[in-house]
Amino acid sequence: MSERTLTGVERIAAAFAQRSRRAALMPYLMGGFPTLEQSQRIGAAYVSAGADLIELGVPYSDPLADGPVIHAAGTRALAGGATVSGVLEIAQALSESVPVVLMCYANMVLAPGAPEFARRLAGTGACGLIVPDLPVGEQPDVLRECDAHGLALVPLVAPTTTPERLAMIGEQARGFLYTVSVVGTTGEREALADRFTEIVSRARASTAVPVALGFGIGTPEQARMAADAGADGVIVGTRLVRAAGEAPDDPAAAAGSVLEDLAAGLEG
Amino acid sequence: MSAGAPGTGPPSAALEHRFGEYGGQYVPETLMPALQELEQEWLKARADSGYWAELHGLLRDFAGRPTPLYRARRLSERLGRPVYLKREDLNHTGSHKLNNALGQALLARRMGKRRIIAETGAGQHGVATATVCALLGIECAVYMGVEDMRRQRPNVQRMELLGASMRPVDAGAMTLKEATSAAIRDWVANVQGTHYVIGSVVGPAPYPALVRDLQRVIGDEARAQMLEREGRLPVRVVACVGGGSNAIGIFTPFLDERQVELVGVEAGGEGIETERHGAPLTVGGRAGILHGSRSAVMQDEQGQIVVAHSVSAGLDYPGAGPQHAFLRDSGRARYEAVTDAQALEAFKVLARLEGIIPALETAHALAWILDQPAGELDLVCLSGRGDKDLAEVLGDG
Repeated sequence: MSERTLTGVERIAAAFAQRSRRAALMPYLMGGFPTLEQSQRIGAAYVSAGADLIELGVPYSDPLADGPVIHAAGTRALAGGATVSGVLEIAQALSESVPVVLMCYANMVLAPGAPEFARRLAGTGACGLIVPDLPVGEQPDVLRECDAHGLALVPLVAPTTTPERLAMIGEQARGFLYTVSVVGTTGEREALADRFTEIVSRARASTAVPVALGFGIGTPEQARMAADAGADGVIVGTRLVRAAGEAPDDPAAAAGSVLEDLAAGLEG
Repeated sequence: MSAGAPGTGPPSAALEHRFGEYGGQYVPETLMPALQELEQEWLKARADSGYWAELHGLLRDFAGRPTPLYRARRLSERLGRPVYLKREDLNHTGSHKLNNALGQALLARRMGKRRIIAETGAGQHGVATATVCALLGIECAVYMGVEDMRRQRPNVQRMELLGASMRPVDAGAMTLKEATSAAIRDWVANVQGTHYVIGSVVGPAPYPALVRDLQRVIGDEARAQMLEREGRLPVRVVACVGGGSNAIGIFTPFLDERQVELVGVEAGGEGIETERHGAPLTVGGRAGILHGSRSAVMQDEQGQIVVAHSVSAGLDYPGAGPQHAFLRDSGRARYEAVTDAQALEAFKVLARLEGIIPALETAHALAWILDQPAGELDLVCLSGRGDKDLAEVLGDG
């Protein structure tokens, strides 16, 4: 008798439920940065450091939601020849060890059409998709196709999101609710934004899925504050991409080391 | 509000989010409340006679409207039919861009925004925005690609003199696409106190409809002027298309009068058979998402946005407004492309023939009309003047 493979949504739920720390450790990496091969090793280093889930970015020509560090990483990845296919291969490789959520801008998701994109993504074993420039409700077909493949379409909410939109987004959320901690683009901040605890509570009240906090979290202290505020997961992006970029000899070791420090902030 | 007055637009319809399958709001969630607020505020302002009274007063006394409709003597003689030029080059700041900047800045002030940002290609929208910010005493930052800053230097100088803070963008091709992306990122980071004055009929809803509502003054005036002068409507209306605001502006009052032919002229660059052009409407292909809306766009098979090429900074953009994509697909308008060389030639021809130096962008529309052997009654939008282009054209840049 064969075991049914868990769907993406189920794998993500299990990752949150079975985490060993106060909040799930959710690092981001830019596929193809510094090279495709090195980015895959960065992902493996994240797994060794204890990542509960990995966000895998697809480099894009016009990343509106990304600050300078991640934008530059994407530009470098594209210049190095990174393609959607190349990044999907990384997704496949990493998916064996950890749930992978792809982060991809709308034009690349819709280029082959939502059905084809969802099919390809599910085929890699990836668990979910985040589309930073696709607000909830704009393209119902993307949600439909992700649901059909058991892929979690993870929405974002911002501090500026109105109560009405928050309710709608919370209701349609799959996987987790990506809660943006600051008004702005990705990037490290010296202090977490005001109303930090408030946004986590607002998000939690609106949805049945776990709440993950991201944007501007770069130190173990900030990670701990996120867990204190009630976040089920902590997303770290720019800090790790910066570490990889600053260590050309061994980006995976550098990023892995930073992630281990961040993980320590979530212990106990 | 008197329904017939130029620039008042259709009464209280909601703002379109889509034009057929085109348009929409493809933006980070952070911007959604700002877009909702903008739409609500525009609907209120559009129905407020006080808003229009102030805007019309400024358009009249500050901008110098209405702009003339000029029957081009020697051009008409050469082409064998009457050719009229709608003189947006005589609008204050030298192009049609001020119509939109004024309207949006007044709106931003109504919304209590203390800061305005803009993107700019040729610099005309940047200058228009800096101008209105100086007029209203609002802080202003303008994003401009480093390559555009080089080839449109007079406009950079103007913006600085007007008190705008220039934000050079050196990513990618360093032109309009990158400047727009950078401006959107600024808006994402500063959305609560900042209004983003998009310069054309592009971007997420409600911008394409909002900018159309503010630029239709061009067409409303031209239509009335044409009826007065010729006693009939134009047979053909021609305008250059970058994002497409002067074209939408002059097309709008004629949209329901289907006997009037509408032609948009894009940047053919080095030729549309090469990859070096800015003519997504003309070339066709799969629609895509750029800067928040779904429209005609230059992209590769994966969906990466491709870099455009044009000698004219204002047309050097791989996208086009969603309403243009709809007008093309529905057959209401058609889109053609003209090369750099043709535009440069037309630039000089108009100067010699009519004593008007057009913007390089505008020269694309002129090049196309110069190339049409037949016609009955042509109306061309002379969207801007070409002082900014002298160094580039004469090779002093």
